[in-house]
Amino acid sequence: MYDITIIGCGVIGASIAYSLSAYDLKILILEQENDIAMGTTKANSAIIHAGYDPEPGTLIAKLNVRGSEMMEELCRKLSVKYDRIGSLVLGFNEQDRKHLEKLYDNGMKNGVPGLKILTGDEARERDPHLTKAVTCALYAPTAAIIDPWGLAIAEAETAVRNGAELHCSAKVTGLEQKEKSVVLHTAAGDFETRYVINCAGGWAGEICALTGKEEWESQLARGEYYLMDKSSGSLAKHVIFQCPTEKGKGVLVAPTVHGNLIVGPNAAPVEDPYCRETTLAGLDEVAEASRRSIDGIDLRQCIRNFAGVRAIISEPDFVIRPAAGCPCMLHVAGIKSPGLSAAPAIAEYAIEQLQAMGLSFVKKDSWIDTREQIRFKELSQEEKQEMIRKDPRYGRVICRCETITEGEIVAAIHSPVPPCSIDGVKRRAGAGMGRCQGGFCGPRVLEILARELGISPFDVLQDGEGTKLLISETKGGTAV
Amino acid sequence: MKYDLVIIGGGPAGLSAANAAWEDGCRSICIVERDRELGGILNQCIHNGFGLHYFKEELTGPEYAGRFIEMLKSTDVEVRIDTMVLEITEQKEVHVISAANGYEVLEAGAVVLAMGCRERTRGAIAIPGTRPAGVFTAGTAQRYLNIEGYMVGKKVVILGSGDIGLIMARRMTLEGAEVLACVEVMPYSGGLTRNIVQCLNDFNIPLYLSHTITDIRGKDRVEQVEVAEVGPDRRPIPGTEMTFDCDTVLLSVGLIPENELSRSAGITMDPRTNGPVVYENMETSIPGVFACGNVLHVHDLVDFVTAEAAKAGKAAASLAGTVSEEGPVLELKNGPVVGYTVPQQVHMHADFKVLEVFFRVRAVLGACHIYVRDEEGNQIATFSRERVAPGEMETIKIPKVLLAKAKGAVTVSVEEDQEESKE
Amino acid sequence: MKHLICITCPKGCHLQVDENKDYAVTGNNCPRGAEYGRNELLHPVRVLTSTVRITGAAIPRLPVKTDKPLPKERMFDCMELINGLLVQSPVQVGQVLAEDLFGTGVNLVACKTL
Repeated sequence: MYDITIIGCGVIGASIAYSLSAYDLKILILEQENDIAMGTTKANSAIIHAGYDPEPGTLIAKLNVRGSEMMEELCRKLSVKYDRIGSLVLGFNEQDRKHLEKLYDNGMKNGVPGLKILTGDEARERDPHLTKAVTCALYAPTAAIIDPWGLAIAEAETAVRNGAELHCSAKVTGLEQKEKSVVLHTAAGDFETRYVINCAGGWAGEICALTGKEEWESQLARGEYYLMDKSSGSLAKHVIFQCPTEKGKGVLVAPTVHGNLIVGPNAAPVEDPYCRETTLAGLDEVAEASRRSIDGIDLRQCIRNFAGVRAIISEPDFVIRPAAGCPCMLHVAGIKSPGLSAAPAIAEYAIEQLQAMGLSFVKKDSWIDTREQIRFKELSQEEKQEMIRKDPRYGRVICRCETITEGEIVAAIHSPVPPCSIDGVKRRAGAGMGRCQGGFCGPRVLEILARELGISPFDVLQDGEGTKLLISETKGGTAV
Repeated sequence: MKYDLVIIGGGPAGLSAANAAWEDGCRSICIVERDRELGGILNQCIHNGFGLHYFKEELTGPEYAGRFIEMLKSTDVEVRIDTMVLEITEQKEVHVISAANGYEVLEAGAVVLAMGCRERTRGAIAIPGTRPAGVFTAGTAQRYLNIEGYMVGKKVVILGSGDIGLIMARRMTLEGAEVLACVEVMPYSGGLTRNIVQCLNDFNIPLYLSHTITDIRGKDRVEQVEVAEVGPDRRPIPGTEMTFDCDTVLLSVGLIPENELSRSAGITMDPRTNGPVVYENMETSIPGVFACGNVLHVHDLVDFVTAEAAKAGKAAASLAGTVSEEGPVLELKNGPVVGYTVPQQVHMHADFKVLEVFFRVRAVLGACHIYVRDEEGNQIATFSRERVAPGEMETIKIPKVLLAKAKGAVTVSVEEDQEESKE
Repeated sequence: MKHLICITCPKGCHLQVDENKDYAVTGNNCPRGAEYGRNELLHPVRVLTSTVRITGAAIPRLPVKTDKPLPKERMFDCMELINGLLVQSPVQVGQVLAEDLFGTGVNLVACKTL
């Protein structure tokens, strides 16, 4: 019997697991995919919002600002890439200026520090590639960029090191309520638990439905992106937003913590959270909108397009409350943007809710709250030398574009939440993130994965379940 | 560790540069190769067609590389395999790491950049659709197939008609896969004509020119692609869509010189080639640093890489440890139809009789003339061609005596002959 | 009159072969083009390159080729033969792995020392 089971291990589930792992609780994490952070967490803008957007007085406003406050320290402790570069919301006319003033007022009410409205020239002084069309901008110094899946993985790893149990490929398919517990039927077997947290992202509605009472409607929205080569990484120095127009909410242009430039997203309603294809029309829309903000974006420098699905529901605020149909289930649903920014605060708030629901919290005597990750390329010359001396695998560069060594890849494969795919290695160690997109290192990462996991190369996946890479051996080999 | 010459990359360019420098008397040479063996991409290019110019016979990639590796064995050129260059400084310090020797700084009298190129990926051409497994660059699939012995698919659509894509169409077919189509967005092929004949036509693989993939479908593995005709603006024409049920998409959509090291060293780059700007002796903007092969501009024939690298190796050998000469510099520019020129600059006082200029055209033309003119419009030289195409690199040889007459920069352009264009 | 593109070298000459004039070839820039043009209509041939399985080497496949062009219609037969071969390291470049394929006088040779 588990004290508490977390359904869904995106950044919300992982944040909650990390926070809960400080307490004397038997924790289970169930993830439907073959790896964690596979939904919205791996496909979003990778932004920590300052908190001037949400309507004052909402849970979103409160948790956004609080989360943004907590994030820098959390990322430092967990060795997650984070950079507080500030944001600019661009205005192009008088109407936009009024909108910026409204945002400024919101921000003041929400307690966002340091907000300032700039003239177009002041904005261009801060970010020289802004277009001449920019007439005003709202500057928010506390906005930041982050590695979102890196955060989720670091938190989940730390939770596991603190004793939490994680099952991947364990989609919850049924729920049986007992007197003081719940039995969850999953693809990985049945698990009995006293409390359940539903933080299944785009699938939260499905989990809710298992309680027999549907509480909201899903209103999923897909957003498409361009990820640009590092040579375009310095085109923006801040997170650059736009004021909304009749055409849409506008797209952002921002540097990433890995040194690339991200451009997107648009917003298109979709039915299925797996609906992550990009479209010609969508990418065109993003490209066109981005040109309003920044001069000189060359889309031929794109290294990857992707799309993510926002877990929007029919209720306007975050839904963090006990399930109507299951008294021991806490919903953490409708976590749309700025959900990533709010994640650590959502975990804090979820714990308060669980306390109110009767779960008792006793702090552990020893809680590991930090995690270290070696990033070879960030070491000094002496540290690199020392690292290779200790383990020669750090002297073998596998990913040329990002300078990722075999040592880092092997460390990722043997981490507390080990990857089973080439993209899983990418999300942890960074191999294949660069401009050749794994063209050179893919075959070598595959070889290392097969060797370290003791599996056949034919069982090494590109990413999720079923993403087989190799079909057979040549020369009539039958290794399928 | 000090060397007169450090060569970065042990592919065809690096091997040729090393041999040429050795022949020229340089006795302190080190090749740094990141892979586990010398030969570079030739190791996976198991098809024939290499060496017709250089060896006057048709060799496969491994044989061609093998000949140079064999030549190297009779020299004292030092080879460091499995060694990655992290950084080159302006002072020509080459920072390298390897499992065997840890972190080392190699002090070089001269450096030859021979890092080669990489393939453009799906992102660079923004193909819409899902992101399933089964989308490979042609070169990655070639490595799996030819070196590691793995098939990456059974039913294949190839996007792009670059040579690697065409060669892979034949290889996959011979190994038992079904290649359904080769799709090219331009109205002409990006590869050599002979490869269209022997890789596509021989196996009845249709080539769709002025077409592109407009959608990739499938959640886990590729299941289907949609292909449509494109207009002159290269945008798909609605209503022309057709679908192919396939499990694999191979991309052969261009190569990009791999110049991250060159850029971080502060070498002046040419946005047209994505490679360094070089002089007639392959020297870059940093004296004593030379570039050759696909890191300089993408070649279609390894024989030309060999010749170019030999030039760089020879120049590096004679300059190792000295500062290169200063003096008047003639600039080469690209005019109509010509995409770029290599070299971009010429030391007019340097010791050469004939300047060899490489370039690519931007369009397919029939009978035409290549014109070399100076700033005042004076014609310096002309060359006639029966046909030019972007897939086939052009080379012209301009005598120095003619170049010396030029007033100001020299422009290379191509114009189609009038009579022919009426046909 | 047949129009062909010569594949003998990267130049890709556009050939005209006249079946009625004893397969006379025009448009070629070298004698090999004439030979190709004639062959292509009478009995087309191709050099075949592939790999064979190898044990005891650093990599699992050895690149191979036919040392002379093979009748085109024999290509897939030859692939079948190649697919059945297994060689043991060491192998020298140029080493004959299969002699006189299908009685054509063409040999299969190794392209790499492994």
